[in-house]
Amino acid sequence: MIHKFDAIVVGAGGAGLRCALELSQQNYNVAVLSKLYPVRSHTGAAQGGIGAALGNEEPDSPEWHFFDTVKGSDYLGDQDVTEIMCEEAIEAVLELEHFGLPFDRTKEGKIAQRPFGGHTRDFGKAPVKRAAYAADRTGHMILHTLFEQCVKNQVRFFNEFYVLDLIMDGDTCRGVVAYELATGELHVFQSKATFLGTGGYGRVFSITSNAHALTGDGMAIAFRRGIPLEDMEFVQFHPTGLRKLGILVSEAARGEGGILRNREDLDNIGSGKDGFMAEVAPTVKDLAPRDMVSRAIYNEIAAGRGIEGTGDTGSDYVYLDLIHLGADVINNKLPDISHFARKYLAVEPITEPIPVQPTAHYAMGGVPTDVDGRVLRNAQNDPVLGLYAAGEVACVSVHGANRLGTNSLVDIVVFGRRAGKSMVSYLQGAEFGRITDEPDAFISAEIDRLQKGGGQEKVADLRTAMQKVMMAKSGVYRTEAKMIEARDTILELRQRYKGVGVTDQSSYFNTELVEAIELGFLLDVAWTIAESALQRTESRGAHSRVDYPDRDDKNWLKHTFIHLFEDGKVTFDYKPVTITKFKPKPRVY
Amino acid sequence: MEVTVEIYRYDQETDTSRYDRFVKEVDPKDRVLDVMMDIKDHDDGTIAFRKSCGHGVCGSDAMQINGINRLACQTLIQDLKSRRIRIEPLKGMKVLRDLVVDMDPFFTGLERVKPYFIPKESAPVTEHRQSIADRAKFDDTTKCIMCGACTTSCPSFWTNDAYVGPAAFVKAHRFILDTRDGGNDQRLEALDDKDGLWRCHSIFNCTDACPRDIQITKAIGELKRYTVVHR
Repeated sequence: MIHKFDAIVVGAGGAGLRCALELSQQNYNVAVLSKLYPVRSHTGAAQGGIGAALGNEEPDSPEWHFFDTVKGSDYLGDQDVTEIMCEEAIEAVLELEHFGLPFDRTKEGKIAQRPFGGHTRDFGKAPVKRAAYAADRTGHMILHTLFEQCVKNQVRFFNEFYVLDLIMDGDTCRGVVAYELATGELHVFQSKATFLGTGGYGRVFSITSNAHALTGDGMAIAFRRGIPLEDMEFVQFHPTGLRKLGILVSEAARGEGGILRNREDLDNIGSGKDGFMAEVAPTVKDLAPRDMVSRAIYNEIAAGRGIEGTGDTGSDYVYLDLIHLGADVINNKLPDISHFARKYLAVEPITEPIPVQPTAHYAMGGVPTDVDGRVLRNAQNDPVLGLYAAGEVACVSVHGANRLGTNSLVDIVVFGRRAGKSMVSYLQGAEFGRITDEPDAFISAEIDRLQKGGGQEKVADLRTAMQKVMMAKSGVYRTEAKMIEARDTILELRQRYKGVGVTDQSSYFNTELVEAIELGFLLDVAWTIAESALQRTESRGAHSRVDYPDRDDKNWLKHTFIHLFEDGKVTFDYKPVTITKFKPKPRVY
Repeated sequence: MEVTVEIYRYDQETDTSRYDRFVKEVDPKDRVLDVMMDIKDHDDGTIAFRKSCGHGVCGSDAMQINGINRLACQTLIQDLKSRRIRIEPLKGMKVLRDLVVDMDPFFTGLERVKPYFIPKESAPVTEHRQSIADRAKFDDTTKCIMCGACTTSCPSFWTNDAYVGPAAFVKAHRFILDTRDGGNDQRLEALDDKDGLWRCHSIFNCTDACPRDIQITKAIGELKRYTVVHR
């Protein structure tokens, strides 16, 4: 079936919904396609807050937010776009409030704010209350508020339509091919402008805070169509995932005063006294940025100071101690994470510390875009016409080598909106253009192969092998030898993927087929992560190499662009980091 | 421990249903979703169910587990206190395949209560002001994840699918009690109707079913009072 819309939005998380809202306000004919129902999107799992220098609780400035984001990025974030994001964050948060988002309130009735990792006043002097929040379900509120506004504006949704390919005509995008879960039918969506807001790829790793749906779809689809991916080596591991499960325990827990403790610190549990982070980051302590805290936890464990004392970073853990905060703060400001601890670990956070370990959390890299969401096809900033992206799938780049907490939510609303505005102006002169007779032929053949090709390889076996090797060899600490092992394993798994077959032969709600397609995307994304990481012979932000422990600004103050050359081969080019106000300095907190 | 898992299967093409049985070795702390994924990965890949976040915030995997509506990712084996686990789709919804039900009528049905913010006044330069106490009045109902567990546990819904239902009431409550909102007159039409609030007989099934522990029956009571006063 063929559909025609002025604009197609792929993905119904915060970025996609904000973009769709912008387009619908201008009366363009827009369709939102999601492989889920919109309110199931992973924006809803974001907990702690959205950063904006509102100054509601204490003095703050967008320039301090800008500096913190640049420093947090380990100076890899582009400063021109970061400055814009931090300035527009204020307007974007107020706009969410005007859409009805139920933020928590200060005594004066303003939007309440709390401290968060890496966010400081006065260029690093002390933590600042910058994260605007709604209990510990800020992302949930953003997702629902934006969805509600889209419903109000009568945006057209195609739920459980899984986009599997871009329709390209040279350097112009003409639409997408989507698989309808309910019928198994392939649909061609012709458009003048297409937006990707498909989120990240956490499921590449065995321990992740990410939803099952986060399989790197948008990145892999673009990559297969010749669009490069930027800075894929930078993967954020959140320091506090629930032990073994990876379920996120928000940084808001430390923003409210939570303290990490090792086995030598058990006597201090509940005392409120400093823990091991006080030595790692004397000024901000437990509110250091995530990459540093995750490394600190691995260091404690490796030195035998994990709670079990085994030295095994794969299985040992540390404690997150909230006891001294008291029942009132724990129950009212951190209700959801308290529930997770009680439910999944049978730990009562009011009286017991919570076992935590780092969990794969966020993709700093992705589909390269400019500040207006236009997708770029090379390191020279040439655009792909008619194709836009924002949020975790994209790399604009504001997060650089390490994202600060709360900035993912800032990213989706600021750049979702900017992309929507720039699509509106592009649409004024755009036409549908020409598409080939059978734009879905490639996908149709791939589905046939998976379903009817008689392949004996099992999706679950390949997926488990991929997740294991990526977690162990391409995780918090990396070395050349480990990453070669990861890369070679992924290449071998990609070969084996050609022999994958699914048992389910039916045409409706074939979730086994969907999982097989998702695995193909995951393997391509894992491959780009491993290859990009091997190239970068330095340590910066979340990319931490034991064999190259220092940051190397002379050679590596640049963005990696990985291109698909041919099956199994990639090429690279590089783009210098844009530096405006803040010269790179050693990163101490 | 060893458990017997019985999963409802429905085939749309032949319009037939059955239960498939699997005997699995599990950890009591496993989520029901973990066990279902294990079965799908290793025993029968053709079982269809929805899932996403895996920790109770997205609402994809609401289903009947041992006869009670719950999220599979938020239910541990040990919670069931039984070695027999029966998994069935949400009741009162059209089953499309196995545990997958048609959610479209649920979402379009919500629109009757105008489930979005309708501002009382034009947007201020900064934020609307709201006191901590006023914000607290509707905190509970902002937690809703639209999983459908409440509505599909309600006997009034089973017998009449025109019933607005608890999920829509929760959404309406969140806006009607919000001091910034001015759209209440538009919402009362759907609420103050024979298929609206008055079909609720305070059976509390919805409150028991809610995976977010929202006090739904209490919220409905507040709406009933509001409706009587503002007619």
